[in-house]
Amino acid sequence: MSSQAVRADRGIITPFNVIAGIIVIMGMVLTAWRFAGGLGAVTNLDNHYPWGLWIGLDLMAGVALAAGGFVTSAAVHVFGMKKYSSAVRPAILTGFLGYALVVIALHYDVGRPWRLPYPFIMSQGTTSLLFEVAACVALYLTVLFLEFSPAAMEWLGLKRARLIVVRLMLLLTIFGVVLSTLHQSSLGALFLIAPGKLHPLWYSSYLPVFFFVSAVVAGLSMVIFESSITARYFADKMDETHKQQKTTVAFGFAKAAAFTLAGYFFAKVIGIAVDNNWHYLATGYGAWFLVELLGFVALPAFLFAIGAREQRLGLVKFTAGWSVFGIILNRLNVSLIAFNYHLPASERYFPSWQEIGTSIFLITLGLIAFKFIVTRMPILYSHPDYPDEH
Amino acid sequence: MALTRRKFLGWLGAGAAATTAAAVKPAVAASNKHFEGHPDSNAVLHDLVACVGCRRCEAACNKVNDLPEPDQPFADLTVLETKRRTTEKAYTVVNRYDGLRPSGQPVFAKKQCNHCLEPGCASACFVKAFTKTPEGPVVYNPKVCVGCRYCMVACPFEIPAYEYQKAFDPEVVKCTMCHPRIMEGKLPGCVSVCPTEALVFGKRKDLLNTARQRIARRPDLYVDHIYGENEMGGTSWLYISDVPFEKAGMRMDLGITPAPALTAGALAAVPMIAALWPVLLGGVYLMSTRRDKEAHQEKEDALKSAREQEQAAAKAALKKASEDAAKAQQKAVEKAVKDALAQAEKKREEEQKAKQQAQEAGQSPDGQGQESEEES
Repeated sequence: MSSQAVRADRGIITPFNVIAGIIVIMGMVLTAWRFAGGLGAVTNLDNHYPWGLWIGLDLMAGVALAAGGFVTSAAVHVFGMKKYSSAVRPAILTGFLGYALVVIALHYDVGRPWRLPYPFIMSQGTTSLLFEVAACVALYLTVLFLEFSPAAMEWLGLKRARLIVVRLMLLLTIFGVVLSTLHQSSLGALFLIAPGKLHPLWYSSYLPVFFFVSAVVAGLSMVIFESSITARYFADKMDETHKQQKTTVAFGFAKAAAFTLAGYFFAKVIGIAVDNNWHYLATGYGAWFLVELLGFVALPAFLFAIGAREQRLGLVKFTAGWSVFGIILNRLNVSLIAFNYHLPASERYFPSWQEIGTSIFLITLGLIAFKFIVTRMPILYSHPDYPDEH
Repeated sequence: MALTRRKFLGWLGAGAAATTAAAVKPAVAASNKHFEGHPDSNAVLHDLVACVGCRRCEAACNKVNDLPEPDQPFADLTVLETKRRTTEKAYTVVNRYDGLRPSGQPVFAKKQCNHCLEPGCASACFVKAFTKTPEGPVVYNPKVCVGCRYCMVACPFEIPAYEYQKAFDPEVVKCTMCHPRIMEGKLPGCVSVCPTEALVFGKRKDLLNTARQRIARRPDLYVDHIYGENEMGGTSWLYISDVPFEKAGMRMDLGITPAPALTAGALAAVPMIAALWPVLLGGVYLMSTRRDKEAHQEKEDALKSAREQEQAAAKAALKKASEDAAKAQQKAVEKAVKDALAQAEKKREEEQKAKQQAQEAGQSPDGQGQESEEES
């Protein structure tokens, strides 16, 4: 209570608001610059690098980090692990905001964003994996919105509409898992068409599988990571159930992440073995590949296992952050760092400050939306009118 | 926007694609059919031996396609000092490679869209903006292009360029093999001006024969390979050379798999996942709820039997207690009756005794005796 009072005294001028405000103003300038001047005015994209940071980070990594929604809702609603029920709403919210940001980022990246519905209404290029990606993004964003909507409807007092959605929750969850499986894997499958451009250590016919499995890791880690953040900054919004389940969620998800990472590690090794790419490990790219495989797959698998076994919450939280970073690194490797590996250094891509600034702006938008929703809607607590749900 | 049959079918297709997430085009997915190109389609044969690097093809291309003025004039051969690729301003470029021939003569190689038989760009485009025409050229339709640039990622030859500088109507730019000119019966711009027959236009199957003949005639000179015959499933631009192709900027590590085959497996998995995942997940859900239900039922059963045992025990105790009580009561009743009888007997005896005493006492006054009788 006292902390709330202090916060109220400070009013609008909080460090978060000031920094977020500056970033938003910068972002609006960059937005105007992008749409008035074209992609060439703000990006370092060129004919060799049609995809840059906005695809590599905002789309590829963004979608992976939004996987917590489907992982958690599947665990609770499909697998019946009720002890994680309090993690569903925050994870769905993060997933929804993540996907919404992906769609916003796409509007910046494509040349004619007002034509984004064209694949559905004008000309269906069904031989394209990008068609699958587009269809899944559109459908899954809708599913996430519906899965999130009960929280908003409790806040707004729309009891009847809420009841309809709650009754559909199992169906929505299963549909969400199907769409996520397709969508996460299809992002990896996008690169199947470019064996000549992606370094053989990262190129594999198993790319769709790698992307899906690592997305599950990203989802699990993000739930742990995010709950440690909310516990610090929104503790006053959490009810007893959430506080009690918090550590159960962290250790349970850490154990799941340890197993999934171990599976992912062996899948990656099999990927090298199948294509007999061992000799590349001795090259510079090989060293970088080993950094990713050992440092960001094997190590977090091991640390998660220790953290879960010895009940060390601090270690689990640290490892969650570490493995989230590892997944981001993997997506950047595939889409940018190991992409066009055959080009001379002078023709390689590095993002412009405007591209980096726009990405920071979009992430900030997500944080602002998260804060707005968490402080108003029943995300971290059960609404008193609907005590049995969630 | 009138509703045409084609558009309606397209919508149906989108609906089907939305439900199964993608409808895979037949023939590319699981099939042992090998597409060898449209019959009688056209092609161009580029002979590196004959090319002198005059750049007239570049100039002609620029002219017939109304491309913007180049930064340096086409006559300026110093442009060849740096390696170039196709850009949004140039459909084709000629590059020079030094030190490959024993004679010291440089090698020149022209670069443009290779017009694949099964193009990666067309396979990758999610709005079908690229078409492989029966005439041979791969053409682009800017009217539907969203500008995602996946075609540029997909192209193994690094050909499509993008108009990054345009804010409102940027397009993908690439060589069209002068499709409009071919339809008019004319030669492609570059071929029409080539002074040395380093570029020859014709039917693809004829040009393959021409290429084989040239190689057969000078086996000492030519590398025994026709680049584009099988690369990425085959292309409509063919190359023969007296120097190794990879030294002249052409990649030999692309393989012979056509681009669509690279993604066919992943696409084929989509409807399977859409079909089977719900079954699997539904099954998991039913198993988990059933397990919960069974656990609940077991608990209930255990509670019930415990309760029944308890009840039975309680009943027995109650029965015993009530029997005991009944017995006790009977005893009490019997005792009371006995007592009462005994008392009554005693009283009677006493009365008799009293009467006897009174009689024995002789003739006591009658009235007294009568009176006491009446009172009792």
